[in-house]
Amino acid sequence: MKNTLDEIVRQYREKEGNVIFLLQETQEALGYIPEEAIYYFAEELAIPPSRFYGVVTFYSQFHLKPRGKNIVSVCCGTACHVKGGSKIADRVQKDLDVAVDGETTKDGLFTFEVVRCIGACSIAPVVLINNKAFAEMTADETSKIIKKMKKEESDAATN
Amino acid sequence: MQQQTEENKRKLIVRVCIGTGGLAAGGKEVIAAFKKAINDFCVDIDLDFTCHYQKVGCRGFCARDVLVDVVDGDKSVTYQGIKPDIAKRIVREHLIEGKPVTEWLIDDSYYAFHSKQHKILLKDCGTIDPEDIQAYINVGGYEGIKKILSGMTPDEVINEIKASGIRGRGGAGFPTGVKWDACRKAPGDRKYIVCNADEGDPGAFMDRSVIEGNPHSVIEGMMIAAYAIGSSLGYVYIRAEYPSAVERLKLAIAQAHEIGYLGNRVFGSDFSFDLRIKLGAGAFVCGEETALIASIEGERGMPRAKPPFPVHKGLWGMPTVINNVETLSNIPYIIRNGSAWYASIGTEKSRGTKVFALTGKVKNTGLIEVPMGIRLGEIIYDIGGGIIGNKQFKAVQLGGPSGGCIPHHLLDTPVTYEDIMQTGAIVGSGGMVVLDENDCMVNIAKFFLEFTQAESCGKCVPCRIGTKRLLEILDRFTKGLGKDGDIELLEKLCNDIKVTSLCGLGQTAPNPILSTLKYFREEYEAHIKEKRCPAKVCKDLLTYGILEEFCKGCGACLRACPAKAITGEKKKPHKLDSSICIKCGACFDVCKFKAVGRE
Repeated sequence: MKNTLDEIVRQYREKEGNVIFLLQETQEALGYIPEEAIYYFAEELAIPPSRFYGVVTFYSQFHLKPRGKNIVSVCCGTACHVKGGSKIADRVQKDLDVAVDGETTKDGLFTFEVVRCIGACSIAPVVLINNKAFAEMTADETSKIIKKMKKEESDAATN
Repeated sequence: MQQQTEENKRKLIVRVCIGTGGLAAGGKEVIAAFKKAINDFCVDIDLDFTCHYQKVGCRGFCARDVLVDVVDGDKSVTYQGIKPDIAKRIVREHLIEGKPVTEWLIDDSYYAFHSKQHKILLKDCGTIDPEDIQAYINVGGYEGIKKILSGMTPDEVINEIKASGIRGRGGAGFPTGVKWDACRKAPGDRKYIVCNADEGDPGAFMDRSVIEGNPHSVIEGMMIAAYAIGSSLGYVYIRAEYPSAVERLKLAIAQAHEIGYLGNRVFGSDFSFDLRIKLGAGAFVCGEETALIASIEGERGMPRAKPPFPVHKGLWGMPTVINNVETLSNIPYIIRNGSAWYASIGTEKSRGTKVFALTGKVKNTGLIEVPMGIRLGEIIYDIGGGIIGNKQFKAVQLGGPSGGCIPHHLLDTPVTYEDIMQTGAIVGSGGMVVLDENDCMVNIAKFFLEFTQAESCGKCVPCRIGTKRLLEILDRFTKGLGKDGDIELLEKLCNDIKVTSLCGLGQTAPNPILSTLKYFREEYEAHIKEKRCPAKVCKDLLTYGILEEFCKGCGACLRACPAKAITGEKKKPHKLDSSICIKCGACFDVCKFKAVGRE
């Protein structure tokens, strides 16, 4: 990890970057922001860790915990809300057996999240699975896709 | 017979939508299917045409995606709802045999959808390849910046923009020319132009579609603004949640650099301009100008008190103009066609066109561009085709979390900044969500409050704590725990938050409540006094039961029930134990015989 962080620090210095830039690069490289990275940057750049923590917790893009291999995001923006997005969210939560928005399954395979509008309102309700948008979804259809993904994951694990 | 050479073959264009809607409906797969079908036919038949594939951005009518045009010389045929497996038939019957496949041709609703629109920005959006700068140049792109660099002073440009009457399309409707003028006159060594593409309103996707469909118009608009205010560096602050928009913008900037349209001494003039992209990290409040600036500077995106306004003290403390995507992409068209042309569209105080994301319970959902002054009813019934399933229209929500709901009796309201404001909503950035009889207005108000409460940055007390209290009160209503005096408390709190919050987020957060209270007060009262949700949405106020006289005993509800609250033998009426029922509504949704009652 140290090499990755060193490289990010180097780019930061070169590009007159800022805290958000550092964190975005870190998340891009590692998938989340480990506590270790914050302390490392703090020492290297003489910026208090609290400033990093303040920024990380302010923006919804940053995650302090590792994320699942697959990300299932259910849109609950206005158009998706009135067309039943929350019913889909409830089902996904049940299917993946996670309690809250943003939680990752114990096996680390899936992260469930509710997002507030991904700008695909004309094809609401929308589910985003690993960044691919699925249009005009229902709870049943979403459930089927998740079931299939679970099966593929377990097949891959046994092979 | 001699084989035809490549040159004298007919040249066909297959144009496929790869906007967000098009992609989700399988736009890329459709292109691949066309290519494959043509290759397959090639083996057996000597085709008398060559086929060129054109990817275009959002064409607006997302409800009918994937939309495909087949262009043969001056003849163009449009297909709707195309799936990859239909491609082969179109290739055989239309491209080879010359007979368009009637089943998937666009129908009357397609024409109705476009009939009352007036497309300026969206005209090029659905016809040019957004990943090719030449496509934009071919339709007159970059002529605007060339025109001003070859003989207009910055003041002349500003006067032209002022004369056009264009107002900020981000929501507030501030006159764009006035903003530029203030920035130009402000003292400062460096000045910045910032494009606000942090489209965070739930239910809005105008900016996304414009950037994905016509990114160069935004770049050209920023160049013109930069020249006018005296800036040589611009930033596009764009949501990271819009990956394809970011990609296309990056590509567009790289292409503009390559042919010398961006960089030093543009078109041999003294004007130099460069552009940087800053990715938003996901915070709705960053749509507010001063919060956006803090975010570009790498800090928590918290707003500060104004004045000083960003035009005097903005990014890095320097005079800065922040314009929304739609505003900026209008600019090249205004410069190219003249302010008089632009000012001739719309009404006296609200000139030009406005792009709306028409969504919710209308038949024809999609992205529309209408002249200012059009009536709301025309948008919903003529363009939108009315309500899905011919249900009763209830309200149209404009302006997202800062806006409000407009009821049926005000559908004659013209869409102008002033008229919409009078109803208690705002034109906003362009989200237009149509609600029908099955939508509970208390639930809608609560939905928006959940949003603003979560997105409040926490800097000022009225917004941080006030929105939380508002949400708690609304939550009580939807759970049947409302009490006398709650509505008055809600109103008082709303008004306090409006006048005391620091920024636009807090000042407008009560709007969804105030407008629904104004027009749907009886619905609030039903929740409080009768503990009843008239639209049958609020879970805690509903009870489910099986109507034995209609129940066929098919077992669908029994299988659907996650709580195992339904019991019964096959072909005999089932029973629902309401003490176990979790009121999820799964039985209601699944029953084909209307045998599940909901009260």
